[in-house]
Amino acid sequence: MPSTFALVRRQIGYQNRLFRRTPIAAFFTLAFPLIFLILFGALFEGVDIAPGVEVDAAQFYAPGLAVFAAVSATYTNIGVGVSIYRDEGVLKRIRGTPLPRWLYMGGVVGSGLAIAATGAVIMLGVGFLFYGITMDPANIVPAAITFVVGVVSFALLGLALASVASSGQAATALANVTLLPMAFVSNVFVSVRSDPPVWMDLLGDIFPLKAFADGFFASFDPFLEGSPYKPWLLLRIGAWGLAGALVAVRKFSWEPSTGAGGASGHRGRRGRG
Amino acid sequence: MPAATVTDLKKSYGPVRAVDGLSFSVGEGEVFALLGPNGAGKSTVVEILEGHRTRDSGKVTVLGTDPGTAGQGYRDRIGIVLQEAGIERELTVREALVHYGACYSRRRPVDEVLDLVGLTGLGDRRTHQLSGGQKRRVDLALGLIGDPDVLFLDEPTTGFDPSARRHAWEMIEGLQDLGTTILLTSHYMDEVQVLADRVAVVVNGRIVAEGTPDELRSRADRETVIRCLFPKGDGATGPVADLLENLVGRVRFHNGHLEVHTEAPTADLNRLTAWALERHLELDGLDVSRPTLEDVYLDLIDGGEAAGSGDEDG
Repeated sequence: MPSTFALVRRQIGYQNRLFRRTPIAAFFTLAFPLIFLILFGALFEGVDIAPGVEVDAAQFYAPGLAVFAAVSATYTNIGVGVSIYRDEGVLKRIRGTPLPRWLYMGGVVGSGLAIAATGAVIMLGVGFLFYGITMDPANIVPAAITFVVGVVSFALLGLALASVASSGQAATALANVTLLPMAFVSNVFVSVRSDPPVWMDLLGDIFPLKAFADGFFASFDPFLEGSPYKPWLLLRIGAWGLAGALVAVRKFSWEPSTGAGGASGHRGRRGRG
Repeated sequence: MPAATVTDLKKSYGPVRAVDGLSFSVGEGEVFALLGPNGAGKSTVVEILEGHRTRDSGKVTVLGTDPGTAGQGYRDRIGIVLQEAGIERELTVREALVHYGACYSRRRPVDEVLDLVGLTGLGDRRTHQLSGGQKRRVDLALGLIGDPDVLFLDEPTTGFDPSARRHAWEMIEGLQDLGTTILLTSHYMDEVQVLADRVAVVVNGRIVAEGTPDELRSRADRETVIRCLFPKGDGATGPVADLLENLVGRVRFHNGHLEVHTEAPTADLNRLTAWALERHLELDGLDVSRPTLEDVYLDLIDGGEAAGSGDEDG
């Protein structure tokens, strides 16, 4: 059989190609956060966000939107995309080939990492070029490490989402219902770092998105005290990723759920046969 | 050594016995067909042989290994053409063949496979732009790209129009010439007649007849079918039991027709017409003919299903 390395590279390239040729996915993953960035830029420009010190608001929301793009590229894209390919019977076909199953998963996660990195580079690039955000070059490595841990964990959560969703439509609904509210309490769209309501704080602390956003933001924080490495946050993200992997290992199915195949999938007919 | 052997295979889904003690063997380079109605258990058998479904009991060997425990090495040597497997709509035909081909240690050249399935010149088309029949050809192409020793074809022409079926048959006959062992499922008698070296008729998870298409036909050759519309009229309301008792052949009621399958056509025709004359009935659409393979097949299915259900009278 072909070498494993070549197969991994091929699988990632294949997933990347599928993504590039799915305009709707590309729009929601890359253009959507960019629109937010531009809107926030228009809304918050020149606002004094820190007492006494003038810092451009983009310094806070550009890294947050980079994280949002990365999570869209993995959690949402993988959860929805893999579910749709299962509905269409593509996974069933793949299962019949000699391709090791973990290699397919590896391609999905690897491609998620590549797309997430593209999204982050776009958000931060626009931030650096047009919104005057700054970063201590010494923080590039800790930012990258945090980013990789976060992205891989959310990719695994995306596989978990595809494992529990019965169809592509269900996965879309689940992804939106879980991600969007969470983004509001997790310092992604708006900063809730100073005196948030307790329940909001608590919600953010339970789920992994805030840990990702805060851990990544540390490398951009102009008031950072101490190390830009946040091992405690990384651990929290990683634990969620591990949980996602366990769900995927136990629940993942390669076959369309009965009634999910075809066009009118989600209207599952009960009591058939 | 046979390419595949199955001995006393059993599989139940809850209380339903999908496969109920099935045995057969497929020789190397042979085209073997499992023929039967929907729900007969054919697809379950094929999925067990592909290694995608567990079995309750029985022995299965394909290419010298047990598909139930075989890994990627086994899938490297088989090709699978499923009934409902999707193709990535984002890819062109050629891209799909290259991508899937890369998973196998042995593979056929993409252009050769395109020619083989009749998709020459369509390699650069996106799969979602293809017609249903063309997509089915891509299915077949993807089953062949890894140069398989055994090819599983699960109802390859279901949903085809007659001319598309002819084309598909030509393709599959072409594969035969390459020496590929093929396990085919179908519910079309004419299909297996054209394609298969040997046929097993499966009903309710059991094989009710097995042989070459010619052998099945020889069963047909012994019999004659007398067919007419079920007589209507005053006399017909009386019991037909006295008629049925006197006939030598087997009687079936099928689509409003009365059918007598008999090895004594002269005597049975005489009794039928005498019965009708006595009652002043006209036997509309009266026809005496040799049974087609389709008739033999339907007869076998009826027999197989009656074995489970008892009352046969319409």
